[in-house]
Amino acid sequence: MDQIVSGGGSPARSGGLLYSGNDWNFQIIRDCYDAIEEIASHELGLEIYTNRVEIITSEQMLDVYTAHGMPVGYKHWSFGKRFIGHENAYRRGLMGLAYEVVINSDPCISYLMEENSATMQALVIAHAAFGHNHFFRNNRLFREWTDPSDILDYLEFARGYIARCEERHGLQAVERVLDAAHALQNQGVNRHSGARKLDLKAEQQRAKERRAYEDSVFNDLWRTLPTEAGDAAGTAEGAHARRLLGLPEENLLYFLEKNAPRLAPWEREIIRIVRMIAQYFYPQPQVKMMNEGCATWVHVYIMRRLHELGRIDDAAYLEVIHSTSNVINQPGFDAGGGASFNPYALGYAMMTDIVRICTEPTAEDREWFPDIAGNGDAIGTLRHAWAEYRDESFIQQFLSPKVIRDFRMFRLSDDTAQPYLLVDAIHDEAGYRDIRRSLARVYDPGTFYTEIEIVDVDLLGDRTLKLEHRTRAGQLLKAGDARQTLDYLSSLWGYGVILNEVDAQTGIVLATHSAGPSQ
Amino acid sequence: MDIIDRRPNPHGKNLENRRRVLQRARSAVQTAVRDAVARGRIREVGQGNAVSVPSDSLHEPSLHRVFSEGVREIVLTGNREFSRGDRLQRPPAGAGGQGSGAGQAGESGGGEDSFRFVLSRDEFLDLFFDDLELPDLLKREISTTENGVPARSGLSNEGAPSHLDLGRTMRRSIARRLGLGRPKPAELQEVEERIAELEALRPASAEDLEELEGLRERRGTLRQRLARIPWVDPVDLRFRRYTIMPQPATRAVMFCIMDVSGSMTERMKDLAKQFFLLLHVFLERRYKKVEIVFIRHAESAEEVDEDAFFHDPRTGGTIVSSALELMHTIQRERFPSANWNIYVAQASDGDNASSDTARTASLLRDDILPAVQYYAYIEITGSGAVIRGETDLWRSYRAIADENDHLAIRQVGDRKEIFPVFRDLFSRQHHSAEA
Repeated sequence: MDQIVSGGGSPARSGGLLYSGNDWNFQIIRDCYDAIEEIASHELGLEIYTNRVEIITSEQMLDVYTAHGMPVGYKHWSFGKRFIGHENAYRRGLMGLAYEVVINSDPCISYLMEENSATMQALVIAHAAFGHNHFFRNNRLFREWTDPSDILDYLEFARGYIARCEERHGLQAVERVLDAAHALQNQGVNRHSGARKLDLKAEQQRAKERRAYEDSVFNDLWRTLPTEAGDAAGTAEGAHARRLLGLPEENLLYFLEKNAPRLAPWEREIIRIVRMIAQYFYPQPQVKMMNEGCATWVHVYIMRRLHELGRIDDAAYLEVIHSTSNVINQPGFDAGGGASFNPYALGYAMMTDIVRICTEPTAEDREWFPDIAGNGDAIGTLRHAWAEYRDESFIQQFLSPKVIRDFRMFRLSDDTAQPYLLVDAIHDEAGYRDIRRSLARVYDPGTFYTEIEIVDVDLLGDRTLKLEHRTRAGQLLKAGDARQTLDYLSSLWGYGVILNEVDAQTGIVLATHSAGPSQ
Repeated sequence: MDIIDRRPNPHGKNLENRRRVLQRARSAVQTAVRDAVARGRIREVGQGNAVSVPSDSLHEPSLHRVFSEGVREIVLTGNREFSRGDRLQRPPAGAGGQGSGAGQAGESGGGEDSFRFVLSRDEFLDLFFDDLELPDLLKREISTTENGVPARSGLSNEGAPSHLDLGRTMRRSIARRLGLGRPKPAELQEVEERIAELEALRPASAEDLEELEGLRERRGTLRQRLARIPWVDPVDLRFRRYTIMPQPATRAVMFCIMDVSGSMTERMKDLAKQFFLLLHVFLERRYKKVEIVFIRHAESAEEVDEDAFFHDPRTGGTIVSSALELMHTIQRERFPSANWNIYVAQASDGDNASSDTARTASLLRDDILPAVQYYAYIEITGSGAVIRGETDLWRSYRAIADENDHLAIRQVGDRKEIFPVFRDLFSRQHHSAEA
């Protein structure tokens, strides 16, 4: 530590090698951290949450994986299933363990595996404790949707609460609610409620009070005795009740928590817990590519600077290059292992390209990116992008012809009416924009989340819950899964459930799924 | 920045979750375990066995779209040879997939069809022998029991520090301190500060001096009380008390009798050994104290150790009664039936010297069966000694079995049948139906 501080304004010649060889100890980690922090804050201007670095074994890493990096979690068999899956893959050598996991919390916790070499520890610190950390703190989605200072407390509360429920109501009863809530967790987030910051702790307190109140007034809503057969009066009352219920509602778990008539208060609280955690994770898939790209770009930059400054030796730098190139390897579509994009590769390539455009633009870049080409502030441009974009808009805005050429991207048009697949765009002048548009759409949350709404409740009849999935022909729900999920939904709702799949354009019902009440 | 070394933290956070998966998939896992055993060799039972179970019971459904028809666009990388307008053969199994964001695709490896567990030896055996037991084990009152198990029995006011019940101790300490009015250190400090304040006051008025006097007196009391009333007094201490409860242990002995005569082919010996191996693993797993006596016989019988029983080749003619005699002698000498639960498992191909069968039968009926709890006989089929559909030995045993419930006889012809027969012989329902 002292070495760097004494270097004063120019860290360049301040310290000499931070370490040599593979072995690390806590002093080395501390020294590396300080050297990295120097570069991260002075050269890159990263703003981070306070860091906490935790050293764990590979076995503990498997646990961390299972819980999506969360240090505490409630008990449920599905986590055991995930754990066994990871464990098998790891033992059979199908999967290497990631050498880091970092979670979006304040303080930001990064896990380092004890098996890593000193170089890898430094790389992980640069990658996770600075790259990801900066992204978590600055990206708009995270700022709007998550409250990192409370998540750890909330998880602790969740675990305790569910454990107490298990003691009081039995494992099976709790498992039943959790199974059902888990099946619906992708439909348990608010997607469109804008910039409402989730303050988990305050929510929790408020919800308790609200629930106490609702418990006392709730039944009134259901005392909708059919008024003397008058159709008009009935529908008017139905419409009124629908308004009271806040329909249509896209957040199924929220609706159940607030309105399902037959749930005990503790069941509502469990549904709420699942919903809150789902909401917390909601932004992650939407910025995965950028997040990984940002972290990778940051660690490459920092490690290169460390090498230039003489803080790490050539052997260590070769290890960095080797490891990084493994991470950012993008296999071609025919290389086996699926045809998907490696988020690290695409993110890193685009960010490297932004730096190039800002510093050494070509004529093409000036035409495509007049705002940033040659602006000379590559790092500022990147920081802006990290803060204000998500994957979809980032691609739409910044995917350059050069990256398309480097990846040799092409677009297939898959029309099931045709016996062949048509190549309708390749990496040429005519294809760039098509490819960019299609690729951006892949990262559009609208395409990977299924949006389903509760549209009506048959309040005057048998209380059947009516849901609607707006889609188009050929894009229907997987029938078996839909049926099972509706069974779960119906068990929470307490009455029957009907889900119509409706063509968004024509309004024609394409398919119907239903489930009866479980009792 | 903080660095925290988590390595010494408890591992296995997910053991409980893992146990719940097993619980949930119990019946599926059980079937899979038994299949695995039927396919593999029983000697490998429980040695890091992986079993695959159908994932139905572990399926987590969700509402998600699948693409079935219409038009979609896919962006791929690594184009080497295509230009616009090229038409490609559709890959056979729709390799494109939907790739629906969540990132859960990889976890089950070879697809959702089945799910692999790697079970520990204990888990494996527990599932394997789940509903089996030695029949009638407790019928006989066995008094000579030894080991005790510590059991919680209330609280005591003395004990080892490791048994200290901190919660109760502190509760009593607080109650006592409140009851006796032990002042808080803060109170004393307040008084002292005030005294210092007043002492510093110059000149001091009469009231001040009076107050000072009072405070000094109060300080004296407070100090005295603080010193006299301890924070934790020995009377507060409460320890968890354990008493040693005698644990009745049942004593049981299992006689394993195997025919190794020349008429048994290698395959048949192998089957018999598999059966005994299963029995052996079962007894070891489920009962802490079971003596096992290995007897093998050809034309004469001998008691051997486990290793020789399973591995040592020996062969010769067949006199079954020799084994029963030996068993009976050993039982009388070492395992008096008043003190022991006695079990016998015998495996043979049913081939016996014709003059010997009657003697075997009478030995079994008159001497052995009255002394034992349960006698299981399995006959390995495929012998040349079959007359009119059954062997001599089988016929005479069957006659006895008709009169005695605790003699069970079964036939085994193939490795696949071993476990079902074994289950049949030792399943709980089996003997409770009898009882």
